[in-house]
Amino acid sequence: MVSANEEQRTEKIPVWDLPDVPSGNLPAHLELQRTRTVCTNDAPIHTENIQYSGAYASMGVDNSMRFEKFCKNFRVEVIRLGDDEMEFDMVGIDASLANAFRRILISELPTMAIENVLVANNTSVVQDEVLAHRLGLIPLKVDPRLFNYKSENDQPSEKNTIVFKLHSRCEKKSSRINVKSSELKWLPGGSEFALSTEKPTQDSTSKVKTYTSFTCSQDSLPEFSSNPIAPTHDDITLAVLGPGQEIELEAHAVKGMGKTHAKWSPVATAWYRMLPEVILLQEIEDEKAEELIKKCPVNVFDIEDIGKGRKRATVARPRSCTLCRECIRGDDWDKLVALQRVKDHFIFTIESTGALPPDVLFTEAVKILEDKCERVITEMS
Amino acid sequence: MEHGSFNDPSQGTFSMTDEDHTLANSIRFTLNQDPRVTFCGYSIPHPSDARVNIRIQTTGDPAREVLKDSCQDQMLVCQHVRSTFDQAVMEFKSKKALKSLESMDIKS
Ligand code: SF4
Repeated sequence: MVSANEEQRTEKIPVWDLPDVPSGNLPAHLELQRTRTVCTNDAPIHTENIQYSGAYASMGVDNSMRFEKFCKNFRVEVIRLGDDEMEFDMVGIDASLANAFRRILISELPTMAIENVLVANNTSVVQDEVLAHRLGLIPLKVDPRLFNYKSENDQPSEKNTIVFKLHSRCEKKSSRINVKSSELKWLPGGSEFALSTEKPTQDSTSKVKTYTSFTCSQDSLPEFSSNPIAPTHDDITLAVLGPGQEIELEAHAVKGMGKTHAKWSPVATAWYRMLPEVILLQEIEDEKAEELIKKCPVNVFDIEDIGKGRKRATVARPRSCTLCRECIRGDDWDKLVALQRVKDHFIFTIESTGALPPDVLFTEAVKILEDKCERVITEMS
Repeated sequence: MEHGSFNDPSQGTFSMTDEDHTLANSIRFTLNQDPRVTFCGYSIPHPSDARVNIRIQTTGDPAREVLKDSCQDQMLVCQHVRSTFDQAVMEFKSKKALKSLESMDIKS
C-alpha cells in the first residue's frame, strides 16, 4: 500500500507541463560537455571534442560550424606583440585547426640555417663536428622567402646559399678569448676557399673555382644591400680559445624546414593553452575565503567586503590559473569551486627566433595550410 | 591516390603522401562538419612512411567531391583566420602607436 505521504512525493506531472528545453539549445549539462573541459580532483573529463555535425540531431540541435557561423563567432585579440614574441587569443575555432597552425609553425615553416661547415683549421678543444653543430643552431636574421631550396645536385648559388666566414685566433701569451657569433662574417660574394680539385693555374687572371658559384654578389641585390645578413644575436659563445689556438672556417647556410632538423624551426616554441575558468559554486565567506586565497599559488582569488564586517571570495584573475587543482583538494572543496577550460578559446604564444616577426610567422603558417588544401584539390581533379 | 570501389563512389579511402596529422586531423574536422558525411577518419599506416589514409563515407554524394568541397571550405576558413588576425594585429599596433604618442605629449 502506498502511504499518503509517499503518494504526494511521486505526484505525476504531465509531460507537457515540464519546463521546455528551448529548441535550438542543448540542455545545460550537454552544453557543458560540449564546450568545456572540466577539471576534477583526479582527472579532467569531457576532454574530447564533439566534431560530428549531426551529434545532437535527435535533439534538433545543429552541431556544425559551417563557414557563415564560423565567421560570425571567430575573433582574434592580440595581447602582447614584441619583436620576437607575441601572445594572442583565438576564439571560436576547433582545436584541430589551432593545432594544425601550431604544428606548421614548429615544423613546416622554412628558415635559413648553417648546414655545411668547411673547416680549414681548428686547433681549439671543440671538435669539428661539435663546433659545426653549434654553428647550425645559430639563428640567422634573414628572410627565408628570398631564397630557394637547394637540392642535392644543385650548385650552391646566390639564390640558395649564404656563406659566412669565421677566423679567430688567440695570440700566444695572451689570455683566453671567447669566440662569439658576432665573429661570423657574411661573405656576399660566396666562398673564398678554392676547390681542392682545382690545380693552381699559371694564368693568374682567371678566377679560381671556389666551393660556391655565385653569379653576382648578394649585397648587390636590393633585398640585402640595406640590411646585411648576420646572426640574430651576436653574443652566442661558439668556442673558447686558449693561447696559440685558432679556428678558421666557412659556414654555408641553406633553406630548410623544422621537420628535417630543429635548427630550421623559425620558432623557439609555439604553444597554446585553453582559457581557464574558475567558478565559485557557492558563496565562500569569512574564514573559508581567507583559506581559499591562501591555497592558490598564483593569486587567482581576491577578497571583497560585503559590509557588516563580512568578507567574500571572488575570482579576480582566472586567466593566470594554471589548473594546479590546489583549490579543490580535500575537504569537499570541489563542491565549492569548479575548474574548467573553454574548449574553443586558445591563448596562443609564439616565440620567434628572429628571422621573421611572430605575426608574420603566423600568417605564413596559415598560408601553408591553405596550400596543403589546394594541393589536395589539384591532385584530385 | 584513391582506393575506392568502382561501383560505389560514395565511399573511398584517399591516400596522401607527404602529409601528416597537420592536414589529416584538420580535414577530418572539416569533413565532419559536412552533413553529407556519415563517417570519416584517418590513419597513418606506418610512422616512418610520410603518408596518411583518409576514409570517407557519405550519404550518397561521391566521396571525392565531398573531400574536395571540404578542402575548399578549409581554405575559406584559413583565409578568414588570416584576415581577422591581420586586422587584430593592425589594430593592436595602431593602438600602441597612439599610446606612445600620447605619452610623448604628456612628457613634452
Ligand atoms: S587550480 Fe590552482 S591556480 Fe587555479 S585557481 Fe585553483 S589553486 Fe589557483
